[in-house]
Amino acid sequence: MNKVELAIVGGGPAGLSAALMASKLGIKSVLVDENRRLGGQLVKQTHKFFGSYEHMAGVRGIAIGRQLSEKVMADPNITVMLSTTAVGYYEDGTLALYQREPEEKLIDIKPQTVIFATGARENMLAFPGNDLPGVYGAGAVQTLMNVYGVLPGEKVLMIGSGNIGLIVTYQLLQAGSKVEAIVEILPKIGGYIVHASKVRRYGVPILTRHTIIEAVGDDRVEGAVIAQVDEKFKPIPGTEREVDVDVICLAVGLAPIVNLVWQAGVEIAYIPELGGHIPWHDEEMRTNVPHIFVAGDLAGIEEATTAMIEGELAALSAAEFLGRGDRAEIESIREDAHRRLEELRLTVFSEKVKAGIKKLQNWKELLKQRAGNLRG
Amino acid sequence: MKRLDDHPILDFDRGEKVIFYFEGKPIEGYTNETIAAALHAAGIKVFGYSPRKHRPRGFFCAIGKCSSCLMVVDGRPNVRTCMEFVRPGIHVRRQRGLEPIVKKGENDE
Ligand SMILES: Cc1cc2nc3c(=O)[nH]c(=O)nc-3n(C[C@H](O)[C@H](O)[C@H](O)COP(=O)(O)OP(=O)(O)OC[C@H]3O[C@@H](n4cnc5c(N)ncnc54)[C@H](O)[C@@H]3O)c2cc1C
Ligand code: FES
Repeated sequence: MNKVELAIVGGGPAGLSAALMASKLGIKSVLVDENRRLGGQLVKQTHKFFGSYEHMAGVRGIAIGRQLSEKVMADPNITVMLSTTAVGYYEDGTLALYQREPEEKLIDIKPQTVIFATGARENMLAFPGNDLPGVYGAGAVQTLMNVYGVLPGEKVLMIGSGNIGLIVTYQLLQAGSKVEAIVEILPKIGGYIVHASKVRRYGVPILTRHTIIEAVGDDRVEGAVIAQVDEKFKPIPGTEREVDVDVICLAVGLAPIVNLVWQAGVEIAYIPELGGHIPWHDEEMRTNVPHIFVAGDLAGIEEATTAMIEGELAALSAAEFLGRGDRAEIESIREDAHRRLEELRLTVFSEKVKAGIKKLQNWKELLKQRAGNLRG
Repeated sequence: MKRLDDHPILDFDRGEKVIFYFEGKPIEGYTNETIAAALHAAGIKVFGYSPRKHRPRGFFCAIGKCSSCLMVVDGRPNVRTCMEFVRPGIHVRRQRGLEPIVKKGENDE
């Protein structure tokens, strides 16, 4: 195990595509994921995909995940380690792995290159009672009902009307929960209108200019107080009302999981448009540490479709670092990947991401300026 | 809460039905369920208490990233029950704050 050319941490769409591209260029890789099966977030996405990725729009996320996973499992160049968490990356280049099944053990590997594709985690929201059992992230609600087939609750209050909030609301209805309302602090709905119309047809009110004031209950959620807000997002006194729910589902954005790249010495930039703290990287998914590459939601919260292309780009850069693959071939795949990425980023929802990427490209300049200001 | 029997899109491969113990009481679970999912299906939402204010804790992220679901499993504290699968006969109990770390082979329960 000690002569690993490439280690990939995370088996979501980004990591899976990276492994497949690396294999195409003749690179052997080790792919690590904490779960019992590959696919990352895709294993819970029962809805048909939005986005314009060639052939992918209209296919269910779970089906895309399954296709990619099967290809990876069958590829002789890829060693898959499931139920295995990457727990540390050390100065001497050791990646520490903790395997839980079939047997519990710690494994050290020293890969020549690493692609981190660890994805993202749910954001919290500050309100009294937000720590009560029954306040769940949207991802957790999806995991419970779509992976384990357990109903998260009878009556749900959804916070956030972006695509995730809307889609998870629909999935809750499909599973048999009642969604009392979707609360949105902004004056307009965040996600696609098709998704919003779908949940409205089921009679779920979408309350814009509303927020949650507190979670009610002693040892679990028994209700929630919501209220209308003014232009400054301050609750308007007298508009509070209590809704009778046993689950409060937070769909208020995601944040990249940066612990490991941070430990590996990758510079962390703060770009709110991309989800907050993200590893600094260039357009070819290279970081400031020459043998470390990033891809997917970790590199900025976006979509599975873009995560897959970023995975391919990261693998191309790793190949280049290793001196593997044919130069001309790498260049032509790269060009094609950038073209597809650009096409995907043509929607209105991509404006924010594009602004974020621009900021990221100027990040080093910004840092210099700031340092200059401090000194001056 | 209940387990879903018929879902419009999904079929669930739950694995084998087994018995495990929560605070000493037998609970039914399946081998393809995490401990957190099985407890939730049994209507148990409080998994532990916070270290200082002893506030009830349940799960939050379900992907092993928030540490809200830590419980004591077969005497070992700090087990992320949203990632750990049900095994027959395991003893699971609520964690109360920071519990002492046990050394390998030194189970006190
Ligand atoms: C409700 C919802 C609906 C969505 N709908 C769409 C859609 O219609 N179209 C679209 O394009 N996108 C959609 N997305 C977004 C898409 O799911 C994500 O952008 C995509 O999954 C990101 O891929 P990724 O590979 O970067 O990360 P993930 O899919 O999150 O995969 C990361 C993997 O890394 C593993 N991991 C993390 N840390 C470690 C570690 N230390 N050791 C080992 N393994 C680790 C995780 O367990 C996980 O399996 C949706 C997202 C949600 C939540
Ligand atoms: S619920 Fe977040 S770590 Fe288990």
